[in-house]
Amino acid sequence: MRIRGVVASAVALWALALSLSVRALPGTVAIPQPPAEAPAAAQPTLTNTDCFDCHDDDSAARADGRSVTVKPAAVEQSIHASMDCVDCHQDLATAELPHAETLKKVDCAGCHGDADELFKVSAHAKARADGSLVAASCVDCHGTHDIRPKTDPESKTHHLNVAATCAACHGNAEIIAKGHMPRDMTQAFADSIHGRVLNKSGLMVAPTCSNCHGAHDIRPPKDPESRVGMGNVASTCGTCHEGIARQFKGGVHAAVLETGATNAPACQTCHTSHSVQRSESRGWQLSVINQCGTCHAERMSTFRDTFHGQVSTLGSRSAAGCADCHGAHEILPATDPRSPIAPANLVATCGKCHENANANFVKFDPHANKHDRARNPALYYTSKFMIVLLFGVFAAFGLHTVLWLGKEARLKRERRGKPAAR
Amino acid sequence: MTIERVPATSRHVIRFSRTDRLMHGFLMFSFLGLALTGLPLLFSHAPWASALARMLGGVTVAGVLHRIFAVILIAVFVTHVARLLRRVYVEKDYSIFWGPSSMVPQPRDLRELRGHVLWFLGRGPRPAFERYTYWEKFDYWAVFWGMAIIGGSGLMLWFSEQFSRVLPGWVFNIALVVHGEEALLAVGFIFTIHFFNGHLRPEKFPMDMVIFTGSVPESELQHERAAEYERLRRSGDLERLAVKPPRRSTWRLGRAVGTIALTIGTALVILIVFALITT
Repeated sequence: MRIRGVVASAVALWALALSLSVRALPGTVAIPQPPAEAPAAAQPTLTNTDCFDCHDDDSAARADGRSVTVKPAAVEQSIHASMDCVDCHQDLATAELPHAETLKKVDCAGCHGDADELFKVSAHAKARADGSLVAASCVDCHGTHDIRPKTDPESKTHHLNVAATCAACHGNAEIIAKGHMPRDMTQAFADSIHGRVLNKSGLMVAPTCSNCHGAHDIRPPKDPESRVGMGNVASTCGTCHEGIARQFKGGVHAAVLETGATNAPACQTCHTSHSVQRSESRGWQLSVINQCGTCHAERMSTFRDTFHGQVSTLGSRSAAGCADCHGAHEILPATDPRSPIAPANLVATCGKCHENANANFVKFDPHANKHDRARNPALYYTSKFMIVLLFGVFAAFGLHTVLWLGKEARLKRERRGKPAAR
Repeated sequence: MTIERVPATSRHVIRFSRTDRLMHGFLMFSFLGLALTGLPLLFSHAPWASALARMLGGVTVAGVLHRIFAVILIAVFVTHVARLLRRVYVEKDYSIFWGPSSMVPQPRDLRELRGHVLWFLGRGPRPAFERYTYWEKFDYWAVFWGMAIIGGSGLMLWFSEQFSRVLPGWVFNIALVVHGEEALLAVGFIFTIHFFNGHLRPEKFPMDMVIFTGSVPESELQHERAAEYERLRRSGDLERLAVKPPRRSTWRLGRAVGTIALTIGTALVILIVFALITT
């Protein structure tokens, strides 16, 4: 149904749907009731039979040819089966048939007021208020006459169908362009560990779009109240990954985020938002090193100078990466006695790989900087000596070689030239 | 001198014994192997590094191969030192300390260096060289020093946990830098300067076969090492050292081995230069 095209009002929260999935809201399951007592007086109220007399017909259409067929079966299988057509299309309750082509918007909020309250703060509602013709309203996610409860596997809002429902717009290049929407992340999600577990394994515990973004009140990530904003994302991921979230909240990165600053990493900074991969994968473990390096540039470049870094750069996980020494979620400074890089813990930390590590061994500097005289004086002078040695040898012998080459080339030319000249 | 396309048929003079050549063969083999398996790590940021490491069977396999080549080279080094000691203590041959058969730098090396450079510049005759020239001695000591430094630092990194019983960890930081830089010097020197001096310069191009065949044509010895030739002629040793030209099969094998080594070496130099100018 292309209903969006006719939506124009900036404040309209109307919808054609007969109901919103109020069960999406915990503890607010409401049995849909006809909004008001139908005025029993005046004209007789239209019955569903009256409606289907015309709308059951496959050829029922508007003047411009657009179909207005509504199959009774669709309505009967929907969650609103027990309701009458005019409960939603209230303006037709006492209409004379045939009724006008243009109807009033169906107001889902009449029954689903709490869902509507949430929807009002969403990015979708704001975009509609700003005049977007493509931003989702109730019907885009829930359907119209055929709305089923989200427990029904056929429902557009069933856990395993949500991603496809969102992708109808967020995976459609045309709609993305029209709505100035974020880039298409549906394929990235489908390929992610979350998407694969959801689609391939069919696990109901795997998160779909709404688990992270919410359902009615989806806010843009920059909104401080967004579930996926820098400040809240750890709690959002923590609804499933509770143990990890607890670790993260004990670390330095979370401490920075708690101050309201956004220059510290939250979950998605390292794991990405939609392309989350298994953390066991070699590719991910290697790429996350660069992620640490986006902020800790000097630390990363000195890491790359060491054996650990060289091996990692070549695509092997046989040497330590950042997290192997610093931890992953609960990163703490060396000054914190709980940190794996606290002096007292170094032998144990290095000992994870270097079984026989001892107090001497851990004096190795895994971030040695040969250009930093204060930090690594011996290394600094050694490196300078090596540069002089290399430069000296290559300069001296380079010159020697060039002179020798010139001499022998001249001799050769002369020898070749002489007999011909005579 | 003309380019040898086929083995010369004239009388040859022995320069290197079979053991010398075998030692150089193992040295070449292990050195090339070490360079191939080590450079990807040293230039891990270069785009070719991962590909080369993969070609060698992955980083872990390359690491194992590197250690195998290292053991071979250490064995060559130990054997060489043992042979020198035997010459001194068993054979009472003290010629390795001084004189024409010694690798020890001597005043004549300085004179020859000066004379050689003057000759390059067209201001003097070509010096009459002895058995070992100054650049050959430099090659020798560079390799000797290199093996001690690179081998020592390499063992430190290989057995860091054992070494840490006596050495503080920051020594391994230095060992890593020294191992890499010194290896770069060795590889760069051997694959450019040594290749040029020994093989690629116009008089020798495409390669000097003596390290593979063991002998040089008499005329070549006279031309290149006039002092040695004169000494051998006067002492009568020339007749003792004279041999028939190398067998064609030996010569061909040497040509093949030399070509492979020169190709790998030159390719690695190109990769190094590429990595140095693109970073």
